[in-house]
Amino acid sequence: MTVSLEPGASAPRLATSPIAGHGFFQWLRAQWVGLDRWVLLVVGVSLLLALPVLTVFVTALQPAGAVWRHLADTVLADYVRNSLLLMLGVGVGTLLIGVPAAWLTSIHEFPGRRLFEWMLLLPMAIPAYIIAYTYTGLLDFAGPVQTALRESFHWSRQDYWFPEIRSLPGAVLMLALVLYPYVYLLARAAFLEQSVAVLEVSRSLGAGPWRRFHAVSLPMARPALIAGVSLVQMEALADYGTVQYFGVSTFTTGIFRVWYGMNDSIAAAQLAGLLLLFVFALLVFERFSRRLARFHHTGNRQFRPARLALRGRWRWLATLACLLPLLFGFLLPAGQLAIWAFRTAPRMMDGRFWHLLSHSLSLALGAALLILALALLLGYGQRLRPRPLARAAVRGAGLGYAVPGTVVAIGVMLPLAAIDRGVDGWARQWLGLSTGLLLSGTVMALLFAYCTRFLPVALHSVEAGLARIRPSMDDAARALGATPRAVLWRVHIPMLRGSLLTAVLLVFVDVLKELPATLILRPFNFNTLAVRTYELASDERLADSASFALAVVLAGIGPVILLSRAIGRSRPGYDAVS
Amino acid sequence: MTPFLDLAAIDVAYPPKRVVENVSFKMNSAAIGCLLGPSGCGKTTLLRAIAGFEPIQSGSIRLEGTELSRPGWTLPPEQRRIGMMFQDLALFPHLTVADNVAFGLRGWKADERRARVRDLLRLVGLDEYARRYPHQISGGQQQRVALARALAPRPRLLLLDEPFSSLDVALREDLAHEIRAILLREGIGGLLVSHDQFEAFAFADQIGVLDQGRLLQWDNAYNLYHRPTDHFVADFIGQGVFLPGQMGEGSRVCTELGDIDGIPLAGCEPGDPVEVLVRPDDVTHDDASPLAAEVVERAFRGAEFLYTLKLPSGARLLCLAPSHHNHRLGERIGIRLEIDHLVMFRRG
Repeated sequence: MTVSLEPGASAPRLATSPIAGHGFFQWLRAQWVGLDRWVLLVVGVSLLLALPVLTVFVTALQPAGAVWRHLADTVLADYVRNSLLLMLGVGVGTLLIGVPAAWLTSIHEFPGRRLFEWMLLLPMAIPAYIIAYTYTGLLDFAGPVQTALRESFHWSRQDYWFPEIRSLPGAVLMLALVLYPYVYLLARAAFLEQSVAVLEVSRSLGAGPWRRFHAVSLPMARPALIAGVSLVQMEALADYGTVQYFGVSTFTTGIFRVWYGMNDSIAAAQLAGLLLLFVFALLVFERFSRRLARFHHTGNRQFRPARLALRGRWRWLATLACLLPLLFGFLLPAGQLAIWAFRTAPRMMDGRFWHLLSHSLSLALGAALLILALALLLGYGQRLRPRPLARAAVRGAGLGYAVPGTVVAIGVMLPLAAIDRGVDGWARQWLGLSTGLLLSGTVMALLFAYCTRFLPVALHSVEAGLARIRPSMDDAARALGATPRAVLWRVHIPMLRGSLLTAVLLVFVDVLKELPATLILRPFNFNTLAVRTYELASDERLADSASFALAVVLAGIGPVILLSRAIGRSRPGYDAVS
Repeated sequence: MTPFLDLAAIDVAYPPKRVVENVSFKMNSAAIGCLLGPSGCGKTTLLRAIAGFEPIQSGSIRLEGTELSRPGWTLPPEQRRIGMMFQDLALFPHLTVADNVAFGLRGWKADERRARVRDLLRLVGLDEYARRYPHQISGGQQQRVALARALAPRPRLLLLDEPFSSLDVALREDLAHEIRAILLREGIGGLLVSHDQFEAFAFADQIGVLDQGRLLQWDNAYNLYHRPTDHFVADFIGQGVFLPGQMGEGSRVCTELGDIDGIPLAGCEPGDPVEVLVRPDDVTHDDASPLAAEVVERAFRGAEFLYTLKLPSGARLLCLAPSHHNHRLGERIGIRLEIDHLVMFRRG
């Protein structure tokens, strides 16, 4: 990567001969001169990463086969209905939980406020499928809740009605409990950024706390809330583990059924394409509201006056409103997992457990480092050669985070399998031997999928880090006698270190939690913590799965700590030097 | 004698746009210069070309007789021994104040390096802040760190890219004077880029006025104000209005305010239309004068009033009057022209 690195504002240095006149041809030439190997590399990598999504789209456009027609006649309406209901329910649920919590912790003072501020993020550490397994164990007939009810009231099975958690409303509840932190985070940021002056003006105009909330703060935060809900709904659409376990037919479970049960890759890709349309609609919505959010800032930010201290019963109601999501979203399920793990660990934590753990961790670490290298390549390439073409290509590859793992897996599988078939056919014909699965059944396929899905996460960190290094830093270092390479080592690397660590950690945890793509693409006999949790839970061995699930949850706490530190104090250093 | 800094007919372009066109000037050693002009005039680009960040398309840049840039070849900035202070200061946020200053001292012996850093921090009055990080000190202090850092490797020339623009006015002038004194004492040449003429007057011995990539005049402040050779310069420097007139016989100019003696404009025939630059200090308030003009605007400046006056023809004049001459709007007051340096340009 250090070949011909000339970091920083090198764009205009491409000037060569004296320039005569202006016009389209000069512009065209400037574009063309810019097409050096950096640009080609950036565009090439981006296209490769966009390949799975493109494959799904192209495949989805093929004429409908028998399976698709069968689907359309029977279950497709169910898929659409359930997916929409899930989206809607999770959206409403996360708003109901996240907005009050954000409003209370950002502007008010009440017992436990400082703790809640970051602890409300903890549910993010639990993947939706794990919380679903946990609540199933808690709430089913033999679980502690129903048992306690029966014992204290001396009921037997037919004496009472108990809600069934393994249902669509149950899935909505599970997803809302672990996804509300997205809404909470964005709403919190929006409330904190609102100009104090605007709130004070409304106060001087006689608005009490409730009116200030619903007539001023809430409308001003609306774009942020929409962005948060869109993110949440994308996650809900992408979920496979929860809906599969609860037996709710959605797009993702449908894709699995068609892929494995009906063995029709075209129809599976067509379902995936339809799912993608939903996702992209949400994506457009999210982008649009983020843009709006920028215009919703009026006036300067000032020092915030003291928080409004709540009094009397309001204080305890506020505490309760923050405690409930934390309790049901994290404390209860994590506690149940810990109890199960404690009971079953002596049996489950054998040599195979440690082997699986180290295997899973090294896979996640390897993927994270690979993705970091790609993100650095794309980020740096763009910085060195800021060409519109490269920018557009990277933006395209950056959409991967919105694409459900199931869809990515299908999009990876189809082209790799085609290549394998081609190579195999060629080898049989000319060499008389079968090469079998070179790519599609190997870790390569899995890594490819992880790159597509999680590169945007790393790229976001890397780009934010690079943006902090203004071009004048490069120039200042060079005016002080540093060569381009020295600039990289003495200025860029030290300034990027934090962003790079963040990127690795975030991707590491995401890979560790990833379920559907790993299920589809993993080589034979290849297991991760997430897959093993899923397998054991599918065999109704919920208590046995707890050790594996707990390991995933513990890893997930890492990013939560990062986020909560960012919340605790926006670091003054880097931005204040301007 | 070879000039210290010598720019000969240089062009700088961001294809397809030419940003600096045919600029030439010379600076003597240990002199302080300034490139002055409105934003977008190409002054920063010119400075970056001297620093070695931009290639030039024609001409040459020499420092102490050695060539630094010519078309197709640019000596890298790190080999030029030219220091630069940036508009955004560009302090390294991951290094302490002392480490920032020491950044350019790679290859120095450790004890010499420490001594140099200590000397410079003392010079800018920050010896107690050596261990702080840039974000822990004030804006003015950051400015001083940037100065110390740029001076540390003993550059031959220090380039300053509007480094005072983020400071408030009082601090700005103090720092400009202080930096000027330090440069003169250390025998380092300085070249400032600015859009603020008062900053330029306070800081520089020689000032070049740029507009749209061209250097219009390279001169000292007095001459720029009193003997501008270009209409843009006359307009950009100081206040004033252009009064239309006509060439008369010999070197006389006929204006609404009477005939003025001047220097004949080259190639001007009697009867040719011209315009005469009238500065506020060229118009004296005199109640006895037969010439009268109506007050249409007035601005109190403490010691004086700046009046905007309307002549019978509708032309406007600016007039500085001592502040005990307190006239109301609409009043007609007597004025007299007292032009020491007649500046005029051909009209149309």
